[in-house]
Amino acid sequence: MTATARADAREVVARVVDPEMPMLTLHDLGVIRRVDVDGDAVTVTITPTYSGCPAIEEMRRDVSASLSAAGYGPVEMRTVFSPPWSTDWISDDGLRKLAEAGIAPPGRVGPRATGPIPLTLTAPSPDVRCPHCGAPTTEEFSHFGPTACTSLRRCPSCSEPFEHMKEI
Amino acid sequence: MSPHAMEEDATNAYQSLSETTDHDDPRWAFGTGIVEEAGAEVSAPVPEGVDAADLAAYCLMLGDDALIYSHRLSEWVSNAPELEEEVALANTALDLLGQARVLLARSGHVEGDGRDEDALAYQRSDARFRNVGLAELSDDLDFARAIGRLLIFSTWRLALLHRLVGSTDPVIAAVAGKGVKELTYHRDYAARWTLRLGDGTDESHRRMQDALDALWPYVGELFRTSDEETRLAGAGVAVDPGTTREEFDAVLDEVVSKATLTLPDRPAIGTIGGRGGRQGVHTEHLGHALAQMQSLARQHPGATW
Repeated sequence: MTATARADAREVVARVVDPEMPMLTLHDLGVIRRVDVDGDAVTVTITPTYSGCPAIEEMRRDVSASLSAAGYGPVEMRTVFSPPWSTDWISDDGLRKLAEAGIAPPGRVGPRATGPIPLTLTAPSPDVRCPHCGAPTTEEFSHFGPTACTSLRRCPSCSEPFEHMKEI
Repeated sequence: MSPHAMEEDATNAYQSLSETTDHDDPRWAFGTGIVEEAGAEVSAPVPEGVDAADLAAYCLMLGDDALIYSHRLSEWVSNAPELEEEVALANTALDLLGQARVLLARSGHVEGDGRDEDALAYQRSDARFRNVGLAELSDDLDFARAIGRLLIFSTWRLALLHRLVGSTDPVIAAVAGKGVKELTYHRDYAARWTLRLGDGTDESHRRMQDALDALWPYVGELFRTSDEETRLAGAGVAVDPGTTREEFDAVLDEVVSKATLTLPDRPAIGTIGGRGGRQGVHTEHLGHALAQMQSLARQHPGATW
């Protein structure tokens, strides 16, 4: 084995950044499910954030290219859909990096209660901290933002608009 | 089905339309999507004791509902009354498209005739589609109609997928597990807008009520049980849609009454001699939707860009 000279495959994969939120690595985002190394061959299993999230195709390419550049191959990319991704899988480091980049990080969701899913007719919670001035409450003006996983909010204190990564 | 196609800027799109050969980037090609490579789940064996043809048909039903409705929602892009609503409807369409891709890929795999998600989406004629009538109607760019349909569709599909999380088919269970999260906010979005429009001005109230009245005849079909569903429900793969009616009615009652609207009382339409979308009997609206959705792929079979 000459593998000592090259970076560990898991570390190579973990360092690849998200194509839409490049302040996060895929490890931070929690979409890497498995990395199996067998000599030079690597199988990486990832999961999409949302069913239709187009970024996953970029992620697959970027992971594959990074492993090839680090001297691994062949690389097999597998995609699994279960169990479904949750923002709870974003690392603490990831939450901090989001806030530093001006994106309000998601709160922790925890396991959902069983039984019918309740309808939410009330206004979205104001309890999202402004990533610019730190004001504790802000308002949502669009539940859907520029990417599938963010909503748009504004801060009544500093008047700045910002993105919030939605809890899911 | 490449959602990326919409993201290409115009310059690149024109340049790369001419590059149809010797292209090693598969992202822009028909028939080379991510889902067929996601073998880990799509190629899972058919659960024991389950008829493969029934399972393939059921995946088409769930997949076609999402695909065709996704297409109709995407017609709002560049037409919605506000940019925020346009983004909301497009995001909803994208979620449903993602669900559709996995379900169609699963159907093609189980069928075993070599048809992938794109072959099923682009190469079938209308009588081969299994979606319900509600999915194929046009909103005619009436925003109240869009909201009313999304409320009905998402409430129904959420009730279905919530139960399908326990399906003995691992792919249906996986799609349901992700889909439940998505349908939850689709339904909340539609319900909030129903309140705003119903309990808004005289004009918005009238138009929201008109929308519900126009859509209601298509509600009955949602709860009819096809033969495939009956057999698969017995095997733990499918859910008998009839069992979701109570939950659906409770949600609709709550939203509609809070919105100061009235639940319509209109006879069901959309089926002929007991046959409807699940049996391939469709309204004239589906042909129009397919003509638009399939034209590029049919004119340029196998093209990449």
